[in-house]
Amino acid sequence: MGGTIRFLLDGEVREAAGVDPTTTLLEHLRGPLRRTGTKEGCAEGDCGSCSVLVGELTTGDDLDPVNWRAVNACIQLLPMLDGKAVMTVESLATQTVAGCAGRPHPVQQAMIDKHGSQCGFCTPGIVMSLYGRAVGACGAGAPVEDVLAGNLCRCTGYGPILDAAREVVREPAPDVAAPLKAIQRQAMLTLAHEDPVRGVTRRWLAPRSLAELAAAAEANPDAAFVAGATDVGLWVTKLRKPPQTLIDIGRVPELKTIGRVGDALRIGAGVRYVEAIETLSARYPGLSDMMRRLGSTQVRNSGTIGGNIANGSPIGDMPPALIALGARLVLRRGEQVREIPLEDFFIAYGKQDRQPGEFVEAVIVPRGPAGQIFKVYKLSKRFDQDISAVCAAFAVTVVDGVVIEARVAFGGMAGTPKRADACEAALIGSPWTRESVEAAAARLDEDYTPLSDMRASAAYRATTARNLLLRAFIESAEPGVATSVLAEAAHG
Amino acid sequence: MADSGASVKVTPFQGVHASVPHDSALRHVTGTAIYVDDLPEPAGMLHVHLGMSTRAHARIVSMDLSAVRASPGVVRVLTADDIPGENDVSPVIHDDRLFATGEVYCVGQSLFAVAATSIAAARAAAAKAVVAYEDLPAAITIEQAQALDLRIEASQRMARGDAAAALEAAPNRIQGKFAIGGQDHFYLEGQASLATPREEGDVHVWCSTQHPTEVQHLIARVLGRPDHAVTVEVRRMGGGFGGKETQASLFAAAAALVAVKTGRPAKCRPDRDEDMVMTGKRHDFEVGYDVGFDDQGRLEGIRLELASRCGATTDLSPAINDRAMFHADNAYYLPAVEIVSHRWRTHTVSNTAFRGFGGPQGMAAIERVMDAVAQAAGLDPLEVRRRNLYGGSHNLTPYYQVVEDNVAPQLIEELARSCDYEARQKAVDAFNAANPILKKGLALTPVKFGVSFTTTHLNQAGALIHIYADGSIMLNHGGAEMGQGLYIKVAQVAAEAFQVPLDRVKITSTTTDKVPNTSATAASSGADLNGMAVLDAAGKLKGRLTAFAAEKWGVDPSQVAFTPEGVKIGGETVSFPDFCRQAYLARISLSATGFYATPKIAYDRKTHRGRPFYYFAYGAACSEVVIDTLTGETKVLRADILHDVGRSLNPAIDLGQVEGGFIQGMGWLTTEELVYDAKGVLKTHAPSTYKIPTAGDRPRVLNVKLWEPGRNAEPTVHRSKAVGEPPLMLAISVFSAITRAVASVGDHRVMPNLDAPATPEAVLMAVEDVRRRAGG
Repeated sequence: MGGTIRFLLDGEVREAAGVDPTTTLLEHLRGPLRRTGTKEGCAEGDCGSCSVLVGELTTGDDLDPVNWRAVNACIQLLPMLDGKAVMTVESLATQTVAGCAGRPHPVQQAMIDKHGSQCGFCTPGIVMSLYGRAVGACGAGAPVEDVLAGNLCRCTGYGPILDAAREVVREPAPDVAAPLKAIQRQAMLTLAHEDPVRGVTRRWLAPRSLAELAAAAEANPDAAFVAGATDVGLWVTKLRKPPQTLIDIGRVPELKTIGRVGDALRIGAGVRYVEAIETLSARYPGLSDMMRRLGSTQVRNSGTIGGNIANGSPIGDMPPALIALGARLVLRRGEQVREIPLEDFFIAYGKQDRQPGEFVEAVIVPRGPAGQIFKVYKLSKRFDQDISAVCAAFAVTVVDGVVIEARVAFGGMAGTPKRADACEAALIGSPWTRESVEAAAARLDEDYTPLSDMRASAAYRATTARNLLLRAFIESAEPGVATSVLAEAAHG
Repeated sequence: MADSGASVKVTPFQGVHASVPHDSALRHVTGTAIYVDDLPEPAGMLHVHLGMSTRAHARIVSMDLSAVRASPGVVRVLTADDIPGENDVSPVIHDDRLFATGEVYCVGQSLFAVAATSIAAARAAAAKAVVAYEDLPAAITIEQAQALDLRIEASQRMARGDAAAALEAAPNRIQGKFAIGGQDHFYLEGQASLATPREEGDVHVWCSTQHPTEVQHLIARVLGRPDHAVTVEVRRMGGGFGGKETQASLFAAAAALVAVKTGRPAKCRPDRDEDMVMTGKRHDFEVGYDVGFDDQGRLEGIRLELASRCGATTDLSPAINDRAMFHADNAYYLPAVEIVSHRWRTHTVSNTAFRGFGGPQGMAAIERVMDAVAQAAGLDPLEVRRRNLYGGSHNLTPYYQVVEDNVAPQLIEELARSCDYEARQKAVDAFNAANPILKKGLALTPVKFGVSFTTTHLNQAGALIHIYADGSIMLNHGGAEMGQGLYIKVAQVAAEAFQVPLDRVKITSTTTDKVPNTSATAASSGADLNGMAVLDAAGKLKGRLTAFAAEKWGVDPSQVAFTPEGVKIGGETVSFPDFCRQAYLARISLSATGFYATPKIAYDRKTHRGRPFYYFAYGAACSEVVIDTLTGETKVLRADILHDVGRSLNPAIDLGQVEGGFIQGMGWLTTEELVYDAKGVLKTHAPSTYKIPTAGDRPRVLNVKLWEPGRNAEPTVHRSKAVGEPPLMLAISVFSAITRAVASVGDHRVMPNLDAPATPEAVLMAVEDVRRRAGG
């Protein structure tokens, strides 16, 4: 059994047959397609040298505009591109003959004029991010520093690149809706390929409905689920433990919607960060700073909130915030659906409350009570695109000066994202004053025994956990006191 | 200037001092610039992966590679037994093994090479090796190396005057210590080599390296062949920063050995994690200081102790640590000084060259001393710095070189004025008084950086120029392009010499069979050395052409001039192509080599005295930061930079070096943290865990200026100055500003114990420590 992956490259249909389903888009571009302008800098989605644009039909209807996103080709698995369009750095300039640049695109010309390249290795990725910004493939209205947070440059110090970005004007993205529609698939894509190195048959299943997904999951209880592959991609490129069976949930329309359940938001497991960020930030302003710093443009353009939960990482940034908000997780196995408090999903490091054949279908996020204080803080060595040493979320409701409800959750403090029971107990019923907040903060030592690792020491984690609760208090009770170096840098 | 009436479009003449874009800019932005891994893979090419030690220091009891050999896709497995020549890939001391024998000396040390039909097959095979180790006592840290007394070489001492007596006599005396972390180069393009076998066992290697000659010589040694059997070629690197000076040889030699042994082309390109584990980094240092000073903060005596973690082998550590000593004065006159430098051998990857080459660590040490003296004396740190600058009779360095070209005082005063230092220092104090959580700091620090290889014989360069009969020029020299703009600068020098448009000059890849015995493109020397060698070659050609013109046209040689309009001969102007055609027909040799050796320098390493540097490059920077005393989070708010590049060969390229160097230095001193565990395993080996600056880390206000009056006092190429390394050290102003912000928590009553890098954790711990000690 084979199966052929079909995608558009500069308007032309490209087919890939007989490939391992864990082949990355980058490998395919640089190998068989000889598109070597797209570079491998890290193979883990952190440097952006492999940035390309991926376009897709959002509804399957070719009257809707194509949705373009800048992504890291190094952790996009090739079957994810089936039925989609790809643009690389080679797509932009006219080429007189192969490998010889002709007239550069205005983005490229701006990079030349502003001396935006030195060694040139990150440059194709930078160009694609800037072009992506020009065509709306890098989120809406983000400052260029944020757009470029996932593009590392070691030479320039970024100034000339930011200067070039200022020259770039918006333009329409290529309209490839009609050719895209022509390569949409009527039946589920399935691939099987013999891995000659490991001697196993690797399979890829891309169900096209919730029912197909449920059936595939039950039939393959050991399968790994892939949404944006920002984590599974690393199992392939870094751990070198590619799963034997992969189920792509990215084609299931039911998982790709944000809806309402009463007053709560219901976010499907296949919803990407970029698709949820506006809705979530508007509803929960406390989330916006953290979400802006979560991953990078390319990561948010690919990764999903469902994936950030389902992989059970102790350092995912969404779970603490969602736990503090009282989110509930919807899990499905066949026809059976159950709903659990999100914090109960995380049993221990590497262990989640998910049965064989079961999968995360959605997360339900309630609206907090009026006047709820909701703060989320992310601490990391670097502000942008870094994994948290500590991620803290506080949802506190104060009535007449007394805390009547408190939900406190941390990432990076334990083997799972975890609530702070002792701290919450100390807060509830106490006055919202510095004195009682400090007392409650001291109780965090009962809730957590953090570890030391390359990101931070246990002492730093414990100290800042306490200090972040104090920060939340100061921001709510003493609004005149500046507490954010980022805000200071933005206004100062 | 273009003629207003010109009807034919001509490429405007752009020689030296013009802000011409990087020669590869169009190729960079269109993805058509080719790096080693982009080359079409020759038919039958093998992928090479290196098996690595998992132990820091151990005896290899046994190494069973039978499962590796039997693994699918494997064509050949090579160990030390397969090396025909010397098992050595070291630059100087012959102590870096291509493949380990008997013992391993660090985690990540190469044990064997697997050559397979795909890189996945090679990696999977290597994982099947069964290696039995017997652990030996390992030193991971400087402290452990001290305990075992493991050294790369004997401690070095540089001294002038009687420091001990001066310290005793000084009215004020303080002591302190601090640690400076290492740094990974994080060139975006990792190490890569592609070897192709040639007849008679010869080999050609495309290699991403700053030192093609050394790679060539080492491969020849490994193969047991003369140097002429090996050709190493590099068109460009995707960044080097010192990390591809000696570190490329391992991968290049492995690829070459596979190619020669199998008769098939072979590529060795470690992935990011393998690269970071296997290659050396900037040395981390521990600094101790003992300083005596008067009430005005003027130094009277100083003793500095510099200890570095060199890693397992010698590599370039002696010269790097020497350069740390050479820069432990920075721009300051040290009346009585003793600098002692310990070079500790540890069982970690051998640390290596990195932009600044030890200079940054030495300079960070003396700048820390300036901050500590200012704190102790209750003075503004800039005032203390001013009072200690070289000047007048205070012009002798600790190594007895006279500072003849000192412009640091002018740079500092000009920058202090333009960045409004005094008013902003007051504003920072006011901010700190008004803000309980956030604290700001402001600091202005100078840079004085010695230019020349301190190993004197390396200060030489060669060039080769061909003029073809159509007047197009092929330019080749020993310098390698790693993004720094060397090729375009040298092309500008050639275009200027012949007064031809830049597009008439083709810069070809750096190749050991065109220009031999070159030095590394390092020590900021690329344009200085190669530019002069090109001038020499161009001068020879111009001499021949002038003589030809004088004879053929019957004019005096003084009547012949190369101009943008063509060659003026008497009253006639002949276009350069026509002129070259005629010279060819007249059987004039149109090819010449050029050579340059830096004059004036001489240095005696035994006594640490002499003139190691041809000249100094200077700069100054003022940085303002804000820290969060609850979390240690830090943001650089603004930086103002004034840097002296002499008469710039290309101001746009030089500005890029200054800005880029500053941000890279800022990363070194803030977010970039290398973490080894107790067993010597590097835990930060990819961008997910090792954090170089992003666009958002660049200060929102960054004013960078080249110093307009700049002109090299020495007759360098068009009076320019080297620019590659010096600007990195401008970032020490960031560290001083953070230190100052931390000190403000204790109202400057105590000196913070802040180590570099100033990560959020380091800053928070220093803040809490200041609070405790200041009793605030």
